[in-house]
Formats: sequence, C-alpha cells, structure tokens
Amino acid sequence: MDPVLEAKGISKRFPGVLALDGVSLALHPGEVHALVGENGAGKSTLIKVFTGVYAPDGGELSFQGRPAAFGTPLEAQRAGISTIYQEVNLVPMMSVARNLLLGREPRGRLGVIDAAVMNGEAERILAGYGVETDVRRPLRTLGVGAQQMVALARAVSVDARVVIMDEPTSSLEPREVATLFEVIRRLRAAGIAVMYVSHRLDELYQVCDRVTVLRDGRVAHTGPLAGLERLTLISLMLGRELDEVRSRGLTSFTRRRAGAGTPEPGTERAPEPRMERAAEPGTERVAEPGMERVNGQAPVVEARGLTRRHVLRGVDVTVRPGEVVGLGGLLGAGRTETAKAIVGALPLDGGRVLVAGLPLRGGSTAAAIRAGVSLLPEDRKAEGIVPTLSVRENIALAALPALARAGVVSEARIDRVVEIFMRRLRIKAASPHQLVSELSGGNQQKVLLARWLAVRPKALLLDEPTRGIDVGAKAEVQALIDELAAEGLGVLLISSDLEELVEGADRILVLRDGAVAGELSGDEVTEEKIMATIAEQPPEQEQPPERGRPGEPSRQGARPQVGERSHE
Amino acid sequence: MSERAYRWARDYGVYAAVLVLLLFNVLFTPHFLDASNFRTQLVQVTPVVIVALGMALVIGTQGIDLSVGSVMSLAAALVVLYLGYGWLPALAVAVLGGAVVGAAGGALVAYVGVQPIVATLALLVGVRGLANVLVPQLVEFRNPDLIALGGSSVAGVPVIVLIAAALTLVVLFLVRRSTFGRQVVAIGGNRRAAELSGLPVKRVLLTVYVISGLLAALAGVLATARLQASDPTSLGLFIELSAITAVVVGGTPLSGGRIRVVSTVMGALLMQLLSATLIKHNLPQSWTQMVQAVIILAAVYATRERGRR
Amino acid sequence: MNREQAGRLLQQHGAVMVLALLVLAGSLAFDSFATPENAASVVVSSSFLAIIAIGMTFVIIGGGIDLSVGSLFVLGGVLAAYGSRHGPLAALALPLAVCGTVGLLQGLVIARTGMAPFIVTLAGLLGVRGLMLAISDEGATTYLVEDRAFAALGQGELLGLSYPVYVTAGLALAAMVLLQRTGFGQNVYAVGGNEQAAALMGVPVARTKVLVYVLSALLAGLAGALNAARLSSGVTILGIGLELDAIAAVVIGGTLLTGGAGGVTGTVAGVLLLGVIQSLINQVGSLTSAFQQVVSGAFLALVVVAQRLLSKAQRLDTGGPP
Repeated sequence: MDPVLEAKGISKRFPGVLALDGVSLALHPGEVHALVGENGAGKSTLIKVFTGVYAPDGGELSFQGRPAAFGTPLEAQRAGISTIYQEVNLVPMMSVARNLLLGREPRGRLGVIDAAVMNGEAERILAGYGVETDVRRPLRTLGVGAQQMVALARAVSVDARVVIMDEPTSSLEPREVATLFEVIRRLRAAGIAVMYVSHRLDELYQVCDRVTVLRDGRVAHTGPLAGLERLTLISLMLGRELDEVRSRGLTSFTRRRAGAGTPEPGTERAPEPRMERAAEPGTERVAEPGMERVNGQAPVVEARGLTRRHVLRGVDVTVRPGEVVGLGGLLGAGRTETAKAIVGALPLDGGRVLVAGLPLRGGSTAAAIRAGVSLLPEDRKAEGIVPTLSVRENIALAALPALARAGVVSEARIDRVVEIFMRRLRIKAASPHQLVSELSGGNQQKVLLARWLAVRPKALLLDEPTRGIDVGAKAEVQALIDELAAEGLGVLLISSDLEELVEGADRILVLRDGAVAGELSGDEVTEEKIMATIAEQPPEQEQPPERGRPGEPSRQGARPQVGERSHE
Repeated sequence: MSERAYRWARDYGVYAAVLVLLLFNVLFTPHFLDASNFRTQLVQVTPVVIVALGMALVIGTQGIDLSVGSVMSLAAALVVLYLGYGWLPALAVAVLGGAVVGAAGGALVAYVGVQPIVATLALLVGVRGLANVLVPQLVEFRNPDLIALGGSSVAGVPVIVLIAAALTLVVLFLVRRSTFGRQVVAIGGNRRAAELSGLPVKRVLLTVYVISGLLAALAGVLATARLQASDPTSLGLFIELSAITAVVVGGTPLSGGRIRVVSTVMGALLMQLLSATLIKHNLPQSWTQMVQAVIILAAVYATRERGRR
Repeated sequence: MNREQAGRLLQQHGAVMVLALLVLAGSLAFDSFATPENAASVVVSSSFLAIIAIGMTFVIIGGGIDLSVGSLFVLGGVLAAYGSRHGPLAALALPLAVCGTVGLLQGLVIARTGMAPFIVTLAGLLGVRGLMLAISDEGATTYLVEDRAFAALGQGELLGLSYPVYVTAGLALAAMVLLQRTGFGQNVYAVGGNEQAAALMGVPVARTKVLVYVLSALLAGLAGALNAARLSSGVTILGIGLELDAIAAVVIGGTLLTGGAGGVTGTVAGVLLLGVIQSLINQVGSLTSAFQQVVSGAFLALVVVAQRLLSKAQRLDTGGPP
C-alpha cells in the first residue's frame, strides 16, 4: 500500500543546529507508527514539519501521493493531518459541544446555529470515545483525559487521514489510556494512519505496529516493533551500541576513570574533601537507617516520598556533601519534577525534604535557597536568565541580599563577585555590562551557574546543565561539576546524556514513570545498567513507596537485582 | 532601520527630541527663553513627573497603575480635611492615604493575582468617588505654609520643582543602587526566573504599587498647594495617560524588565514642551492631543520587545 | 462538582441576582423607588451606556479592551449633530462611518503589530478627542440638531419609554444572537479563550479581532448619535470616563476581563445595576452622587476578586484528586 504521508530526506536547520538531517519516514494507511527519541532528537521538529508549523529546508514531503507544502497548521489540518498535542489545544472556557464543532456548527433557520442539534450531535460523537458528559459544560471542567478525547474526536471528525499524537497519555488515568487505545485501534481499522509519540515503552508495545527512532536529527532505525527488544530500542534511542557501551568516554569528567568499569577505590583521583567516597560503594548497599551518619557525612539533601499526581510516585533522593548523584531515566520519567519538588518550585501532594537535617518549608524557593539548595533549571530561557539585564546583574541576582547592606547594593562587592566568577567559569562576554540575552547558550548557562555559586550553596541541582551548549562550554561545565564536588558541594545531576551521567556521577538513581526504578552505585554505574534498569518491565502493581523513613531503601526489589546481575 | 539605529533611537531619541524642540523654540518662539516662561513650564509638568516616576517602577514589573489620578484627588481631599491639624500632619495623612490605595492595588495584583489594569481600574473608579464624597466641591484654603509650599521659590527655582528633582534622584537611587530596584527589574524581565532565584516577588510587587500610590498622593498635595484650592472632582483627571506616555516615550518598554528614570522625566518634559510649542504657535489643543496619540503609538511600537517569546 | 456548578452560576447570573435583590430592597425601603416613573428614568438613562457596553462585551470576550469608546461617543454626537443639516440619514451615516473607520484602524494596529489593545485604544482615546475638538473649534462650537426626524429618534416616546430604550433592547437581542448563534460569535469566544488554539482550529484570528473593534466603535458612535438626538445638540463635554463605566458594567455582568467567557445578558444587568445603585443613592438624598462611584468601584473590585478566586478553584478542581 502506498504511504499516505511520506517524508523524503527532510532537513531543517536552525541557527547553530541541524535539527533534522535527511529524515525519511513513510506513514501507511491503517498503521500505528511510533516515533521515539530523546530530547533534541528532532521529534518535535519533524512533527512541526508534518503539520505545517515549519517549512523544511531540504527534502520532500508528500501527502496522499502528491508533493505537499503546508504553509500553516491550518492548511495541514484542512488537508487531513490532525494533531493532538500534549497540552490540550482547545478553548477551555467554551462548552464541550462548541469546542467539538467550532467552525462547522449545525445551522437552523436563518443560518443561525441550532444549539439543540449541535449538543445532540456532540453527545453522539463523544459517546464513541467513551466520554459521557453534559456537553454544555465548559471544556475545562472536564478531566484532562476527557478533554483529550474531545480533542481527538474533533481531530478525527474533520476527516483526518493522518492523526499525530504527541504524548497523548502523559496525564491520563489507566482507564482513560485503555479507552484511548481502543479508539486508536478503531482508527487503524478505519484505515487512518496514526503517528504515536511517547516515551512510555509499554504503551508503544501495546498499540504500535512500527517504530521510527530519531537520534540527533537522523533516523536511527525504522522497522516493525514486534520482535524488537526493549533494551535494543533503548540503546537505539540513547545512541549507545550495546557492545560499545564500555568503550572510552568522551566527557570531561576526570573523577571517574574513563572506561567506567570497576574503579578501585584507591586509584581514584579523589581530592581530600571526598575521602569518604572510598568507603562509598560499601555504604551504598548497606542502606540501613542511621548508616549515613555512621559514614560521617550527614546527607545535605534528603527527600522522602515526593509525590504528585501523574508526575511523581514517592521518589526518595539523598545527596551527601561532595557527592554527585545522577538522576537518569527517559524523558518524562519525573527527573525535572523531582528537582523542582526539592527546591519547592513544584507543589507536592506528599513527601518532605530535609536540608542538612532540617525540614524545608514547602512551596518556597527562597527558603530552599536560604537553606542552601539551588536549582539550575532545565529551561534556560523561560526560567533562568533575565533577558533584559546584563551579565553582571544576572550573576548577582540571587546573591543580592548578601551583596547589599541595609538594602543598598555594594557595587564594589558585586564587581568582585562577578569578576571572580566570570574568570573562574571563563564567561565570554564583551563586558560584564553586556546584555545576557546576547551571549551564546553556553555562556548563558555559565552565567546561571555563577548566579548559584555566588550564593554559596550546600547542594546544587543541575537539570540538563550541558544541553544545547557548544562542545567547549560543555567540557568546561563538566569539569566544573567535578571541581565543585571536590570542594564538598553536593550535586544532583540530571542528564539525558548517558555518558555524562555515568562519568559524572558517583551514584545514579534511575527513574521510570515517576518512581525510582533502581539505584546504581560503585561498579554498577554503567550505561548498560542504566538502560537495563529503564527497560525492566515495571511490576503490574507497584507497592506504594514507604514514606518518611529516612535511610530505608524504597525499592528493595529493584535494586539488588541490578547489583546481582553486574556480578554475574 | 538597522539594529544600531533602532537602539540609538530607543535609548536617546527622547533626549534628541527635547533638544530639537528646545532649539526650535529658541529660534522661532518669542520670549521662550524668559525665566518666567521656563518656570511656568516646569511647574506645570511637575505632577506628571512625580506620578510618572512611580509609574515607571510599576511598568518595570510589567504592570500598570491606572489609579494615580484618583489617588491625587483623594490626597487633595484629605489634605484640606486635615489642614486644621497643621499642614504637615495633613500632608502625612494624604500621603498615607495614597499608600493605602497603592497597597490595595498591590495586594490585588501580587496576592490575588488580578491583572494590574483591572485592579487599578477598580481603584480609579472607586477612589475618585471617595474623594468626591469627602470633599464634594472645590474648597479654597488659606493655610500660609501649604500655599508657600506651592508658590515659593528657592534661588528662583520653585520649591515643587526642587521636590520633583529630589524625588527623581531618590527613585534613580532606588533603581540603580538598591536591592529592591534590582529585584523590580528582574521580576519584570522574567518573573519565573525571579521566583526560582528566591526573590520575594509578591512583596516587591506590593511595594511597587505602594510607592506609586505614595508618589501620586504627593503630587496631589503639591498640585493642590499650587492651586490654593482642593478640587477632587477634576484634579489628576487623565494624568495616568500623561504618566504612561512619559514613561513609554522615555523608552521604558511596557513589557517590563527595564526602567529608565531620567528618560522618563525627559519624556514628561518632551510632552510638555510639545504642547507648549503648539500653543505658542497658535495651534489648537486638539492638535496636541492628536500628536500625543501618534507619539504614544510610535514609542510603544519602538520599545516593544521584538522576537521575545 | 457542585461547588464548580455553583461558581459558574454565580459567574453567569450573579449580576442579575444582585440586581433583583437590590430592586427588591429598594422597593421595600423607598416608596418612590418602585414607581413606573423611576423605573423609566433608570432604564432611559442606562440605555446609552448599555449600547456602549454591549460593544465592549464583544471586545472583552475577545481578549481585548477598548478605552476609546468614551471619546467615540462624544465624536459620534458631534458628527450626528453636524450631519443632521443634511437630513436624518446623514446624521446617522456620518458618525457611523467615521467611528467605524477609527475602530477599523485600531483593530488593524492591534491585530497586525501585536501591540497591547489597552495602549492602542488609549492613543485612540486621545486622538479621537483631538479630532472631536478640531471639528468643534476646540469645543467652542456646539452643533445643534437641525433635523426634526432625527431629533425624534432620540426624543420620541412609546408607552412611556423613549425610542433609544427600544433601540437598545433591539441591539441587545441582536448582539445575543450574534454572540451565541453565529460563527462570528463563536470565533470571538475562541480567540479570547485561547488564541493559539483558535488559530489551529481554523478561526480567522486577525479578522475576528478587527471586527470586534469595528463593532465596538460603531456602537459607541451610534450611542453618541442617539444621545445627540435626545439632547438636540452635539455636546462636547460629555463622555469623560464613559469607557470606565462600560468596562465596569461588563465585568460586573460576569464577563471575564481575561477574555473567553461572558455574555450580553450579564452586561445589560451590569448596566442596570449601576443605574439602580445611582437611583438608590438619589433616593437616600443625603448622599452625593459621587457615592455611586465608590460603590461601583468597590463592587468592581469585589467582582474581580471573586472571579479570580472562582477560576483558581475551578483550575484546582480539574487538577486535584477526583
């Protein structure tokens, strides 16, 4: 059968990045095609090319056998390509029926909308999607799952030939997911092509026929999903050939020996403040209450049972001084949310955070910073830099109270601090007074690091600190993380780059679906182990995590397993 | 327009425009250089300058304060009501009243999360009503101290102009040198980043509106002192427009994150000079308003953040 | 769920409920309140504000705001009086054409440049006032309405109510149909509710925005023209602050200032509410009319806070446990 939508050698370039590099992909009628890849792989760019948001720089797009060039999302939609976005893209305050039928409302006499007919039709359509509700209610009063169904119903009912679903299940209840899959199977039976984007591997295997893996803007693999091993799929996504996982590392971390096999405690180039690391592998496994204190170094950050609906399911994190704890897992596993929850930037349904043994008042970033924990956020632009201010002001921002006396800032002290950090982090700017928005991504990131170092934190949470910055800056940031840990700072490192994680971290927590799936330490810290942990089938019914008992391992089942295998 | 030319126009355009207008008047307007003319112009623009200083802070946080004119009228009402206790206590009560109105608006914005334009609109309507209830019609007063505050000069410079100049320096100091000022612009530039950096965002927002209320009340008292009469019905009508114009013409973007204090004063002077020039050359008031409209649009268009998310 | 439904009910019909309560209380407290004469006077004096507020309802539901309507109201009156020299048709056509053009320009600037509606219409407020002063010799000339037929439009009475009341009622009905039962109305809600989604759903966003400002300007001009007919002259000193009254009425009527929700019924109730408050204050006698501003300001603040809290509560409802 001829493909309904086909990309041939599509390229798309953004300033400094080649987001798509000759991507070819064919979508056939009646198939459910999974599109997977980590952050920056080019998934969203490809979707945007398909839906007319971006025009490709090179290559060809054909739809139903004819070359196609969609100027706007609307054009693509009219042609028959509908998209369900992760965040429901409807009008929240309009009624369900009006949302569903906007633009093609049934008319009565005098060409005026017939509300009764409209509502009846909406009810009829939605019944097929398992949504039974008063269609006159504003859309936003529905649960997210039902809203998503309305979006889907709307998309399909405008005579779609292709339906693209971007993370459709990210906020659905299991029952709703089941309904969604039923609908997807119905679409497949009706000859509609579905492109399904998700990080949840279980779902892919349940509902998809074929899979395309994108990595660094290229197609890493295309083929049937049945028979493709989970571990293989993950290694394709993360770009690690299974046999090559043990090959030499390329990052600038110096602490962990390249070729991260089994570092002999004695051979490590561990500077003096981290002497406790020598004993670490041992203590990691004997995780009984009170052991941390025996170890001499009380944890600087201790998070217990962090819980938030749809996002976190009882995550425990412990970071000790001088330790780099990696947080691994696929996109959407809850890494960023864990970090945000620790600094009080994400409201929690349950759980608590201790900093240096003292409980942290929830919901206040300021309190976390005062206690000594800071977060370098993932989204530099939206949550990090203040674009209208200079490099200098951006660096001084969080430390202002310390750099002022009686509310008057001391320019001299700011200058000194700014100079120290600009030199130490090698921030390349024309002058400290240059606007931060004019710097390169790498230098902006260093400015943000400087902002946090200036408040002298006890622990630093780094969320994707090297994403989207050039190679040189990346190496510098990685070396800096080492240095800081050597000086006794506790670091929580979130990274999608496995190599960075393995070589940078002393210990790694692997998250899956908002819970800790495993903890790797010592010689278990390898890319292979991380992937294996991610790939494990999650148990049917998860035990609710034990809460509020510091020191107790929360995943007694998962962790030893990983450890045992490494000794085989 | 090239990027550099655009930036130059945004940052220094207002100075250049003032210079050009001054030059034009020196050459073509008879008696323009007279001291008395100068003094009149400065005295007339004083309330706008003082109100605009507070407005600049508010706009720096990506907000707006429409209540300033009504706060002026409330201050005018309060100052005559309490003049019996002496001019200083009366002034204190008036300024306190302004601060309370500002706090109400600030609380609505910072803690309840109401849009600034709506929160201060409610105050605009209600507070002028309150002022009119307190003082239903124009009241003349004879307190010599208050009259002196409005009319006397030091070394040929009117006292109220000196006060405006001093306030300009204070606000300039706040913006440039205080922790508070840095926090204001950071919040306006990226509120989420400011929150994640541990800044007391709500408190700073509240304070900004309190300062705006304080300054507006002070402007109201000074204007009342100069008029030698309290006129809550018409005092400060539409001054929010003039103040916003001054701020915007001075190159402070409505999208926040940047505050230009001296340029704001220049913006107020420019608009004053413009209307004076048009009047002196026998062009009617209607022209002034239409020209003002065009200048506001042009200034906002020029200062809008291009390519910002 | 009950709380959410109650909230929605309060939001949509709160103004009507308060209005009913106020009328009831007024009737009990004052003998001269519940008389046909008083009712007629409230309705007549509210009709011009109602016409403007109806236009404002469209603008605000569409996510914008129009500060120029007060100036357009005055300009409309002056132009109608000026035009009445050439017959009733000119008296209506002239203000509608000019005000419509102003609305078109404002709408185009807002839709095309992405500048804030508030600042664009603020400039409109100033510019239109300048225009009005320019054609009336700086406000010195008051044009008189010379055409009898046109004057009758504002002064004629039917069943004890003057014609503008019927015009207003007709416009309100038409506006309800336009908003609830036509594609344009749906587009206005969609653009104000979620502009990005609206664009993806095929709504012509820019055109909808422009039309909304044209409609608002046309209605403001029409209100001005009718007022000129009633007063037999194009008075140049009215209309200051009228935009604020209109916005207050719309918001009190339950339309969200953030756009996307609201309706004409609420706006009419909001206008009547302001009128009844004024009337009650007059009944008390000892209170100055300035008191009305205090009450409407306080009321506005109350409504806005309530709206904010309601929307917070509703958002929590969808995000919290079932």
